[in-house]
Amino acid sequence: MATTTETTSTPETSPASAAGDTSPTGVKATTFAAALNTAMSDAMEHDDAVCVFGEDVGTLGGVFRITDGLTQRFGENRCFDTPLAESGIAGMATGMAINGMKPVIEMQFDAFAYPALEQIFSHIAKLANRTRGHVRLPMVIRVPYGGGVGGVEHHCDSSEAYYAHTPGLKVYTPATVADAYLMLREAIDSPDPVVFFEPKKLYWTKEQVDLAALRRRYESGAADAGVGTEGRAVVVREGSDVSLISYGPSVSVALKAAQAAAEEGISAEVLDLRSIVPFDDDALTATVEKTGRAVVIAEPQGFVSVAGEIVARIQERCFHSLSSPVRRVTGFDIPYPSPKLEEHHLPSVDRILDTLDELQWED
Amino acid sequence: MTPGTAPADETTPTGEASSHAQQPDQAADDGPRAGAGSTSTDVDPRFAPEVPGHEKAEQATHIWETSRRFGITPEQYMLPAGQQIRMLAPDGTLIPEDQQGTSPGHEYPLPEDEALLAAYEALVVGRRINDQNYALVRQGRLAVYPSSHGQEACQVGAALALGDGDWMFPTYRDTVAVITRGVDPLEVMVSFRGDWHCGYDPHQYQVSALSTPLTTQLLHAVGVAHAAKLRGEDTVVLAMCGDGATSEGDFHEALNFAAVFEVPVVFFVQNNGYAISVPLSHQSAAPSLAHKAIGYGMAGEQVDGNDMVAVLATLRRAVDLAREHSMPLLLEATTYRMQAHTNADDDTRYRDADEVELWKERDPLLRMKRFLSGKGVLDDAVESRISATAEEVAASLRQAMTTEPAMDPLEIFDHVYSAPTAQLREQRAQLADELERSQED
Repeated sequence: MATTTETTSTPETSPASAAGDTSPTGVKATTFAAALNTAMSDAMEHDDAVCVFGEDVGTLGGVFRITDGLTQRFGENRCFDTPLAESGIAGMATGMAINGMKPVIEMQFDAFAYPALEQIFSHIAKLANRTRGHVRLPMVIRVPYGGGVGGVEHHCDSSEAYYAHTPGLKVYTPATVADAYLMLREAIDSPDPVVFFEPKKLYWTKEQVDLAALRRRYESGAADAGVGTEGRAVVVREGSDVSLISYGPSVSVALKAAQAAAEEGISAEVLDLRSIVPFDDDALTATVEKTGRAVVIAEPQGFVSVAGEIVARIQERCFHSLSSPVRRVTGFDIPYPSPKLEEHHLPSVDRILDTLDELQWED
Repeated sequence: MTPGTAPADETTPTGEASSHAQQPDQAADDGPRAGAGSTSTDVDPRFAPEVPGHEKAEQATHIWETSRRFGITPEQYMLPAGQQIRMLAPDGTLIPEDQQGTSPGHEYPLPEDEALLAAYEALVVGRRINDQNYALVRQGRLAVYPSSHGQEACQVGAALALGDGDWMFPTYRDTVAVITRGVDPLEVMVSFRGDWHCGYDPHQYQVSALSTPLTTQLLHAVGVAHAAKLRGEDTVVLAMCGDGATSEGDFHEALNFAAVFEVPVVFFVQNNGYAISVPLSHQSAAPSLAHKAIGYGMAGEQVDGNDMVAVLATLRRAVDLAREHSMPLLLEATTYRMQAHTNADDDTRYRDADEVELWKERDPLLRMKRFLSGKGVLDDAVESRISATAEEVAASLRQAMTTEPAMDPLEIFDHVYSAPTAQLREQRAQLADELERSQED
């Protein structure tokens, strides 16, 4: 069930004007990081049960400053540093969620979350099921993820497939500033555990977004009314010849590729999945049936990946609408390369255009 | 009381430091040695901030204040007493107070007769449950049962030391503790029959689902205690694990988090000597598992886990201290698993029958029975009433296991998320269709 427009968000196309980061309509340019920070702050204001913790999230405000100011504003009982132990963070959050809290925990980097996997896979994902629904865990595990930021080893993994493969977890990943706000608010309010993947390379991107308007929209019950972001992919560019299916950090790459393809006479539609779990099969089916061609674009290695799952679902559901084999543009099946080589690994506009050329265009 | 209000050189105000309290040695003798940035006049330098940037956790101050109250050094407080706490000799006689292993800061008042009799009753019922379930497994009526035969004093003590508002985090071998806490035996046995859920509502009893991944639940205990503390509640959480589990990383993380966040969690380790087949000597080179406590800045104690009186006394005091001072403690109970790990295990491959025979002489139930009979608390009438209760529980278990549990296969989709995803709805419909067609055939 795809939505086609995001009225509150306009991707920035030019550097900030001389008048400052304010558009002619008076809407300030807002960073992805600020949207996440405001989402947590608003949720904490709204609900005393919401608390934020992790490594360096308190005094420092997080290594990416996503939790900046929360301790100062809400006190050390609501936003605090923990000992350096990811399993401990996830396990303690589990207990706090059992006992009435809504923890929002930060895994400092994608690959640093691995010590917490036993807690996440064996308990957080399964406790509601094991207790026949008696114990729900309303918690959010924030994971800064992905590459493209010149990070060193262990700092650039795209680990979403591990979590998406685990029943009981929800997996969100926003690609726009507006979604960063709305989806984090939804994740915090979800009665289920949500692994919230934040594309690191988007943290400092700016868009003309009115966070106050988003807050009003969210708190007026838009999410409750069934028009939230969970499980609802969004068509971020309309087209008719091919569907570029993507999520998180790769959506902006897909959009650039669609723009370039348009100059070559190919009309590409771009679908942003937003949540991997739950998965929006309806939106996927709709776009592929419309265009008849599909290329899936995602950062991590392609072998046994979310991209592979998407291709399988297209094949199962849209076979008779397809005019071409479904293709993927993903990272190579290697450990994440060094900063100097990452440009060769990440899905690029050129690689997407090459792939589009290789699709079957003749009937 | 507020910790630290009692000067070290005066008698302690709570009465916990009893008549044989010794004069404080090092703590008082060292005199005033205030650390940088401290306003106190005589803070032990080991527990005070030494240089800016190296300030200690508040727990350190807390430990120092508490030990000061007992008139001993922080090390003397955190390390276990010189010998494990034991109150009953194997023949059931009460060990003289000066030979129980207690010392200042390590005193354990004898529980009152009423509590001891209740503990005995729970011991008898617990033993009956263990043996009934063992038999049901052999008859093929129960899929699996990790028995706590021989460890019942620990099981009973764990349940009876807690208040109504407290929480318990058990492992798969703690069935008797969970039942003693008040959970319906038939509900507890659900998962051992092969059902997919834990059988009871953890919130109803404040008992978490039996944890199979070792030690992971200790962190949940810390979280439950932390949430309660943030709300100003005085909940104590008992976190249970075995000797093998102390090797897991989550044991370390849980104890460390509990000490740093100063939460009232009593870590209760039942050291039964074996992790399936691997003996304690292959798990740890520590002088005792209780010695691990001091590394986290908390107090540890070791108790004879087959001595019902000592187990109840030490657990009660640990729970009281945790509640009163919002602090974690570690209690190691040395005990023995008399039966194999589960029915799938063959314990003759890793231990001698002689060893098992030796532990029969330390049986917790027999020891308690002799003690209470000698004390005049237990007579034939009480004994037969308790036996009848145990038989009732056993009969209800047998009865329940004669019928196949009613399971709705479609329910496996219903609790994965608060509302099933579109994909789970599709899969549920698929299974429903398969079931319908199989009934038609």
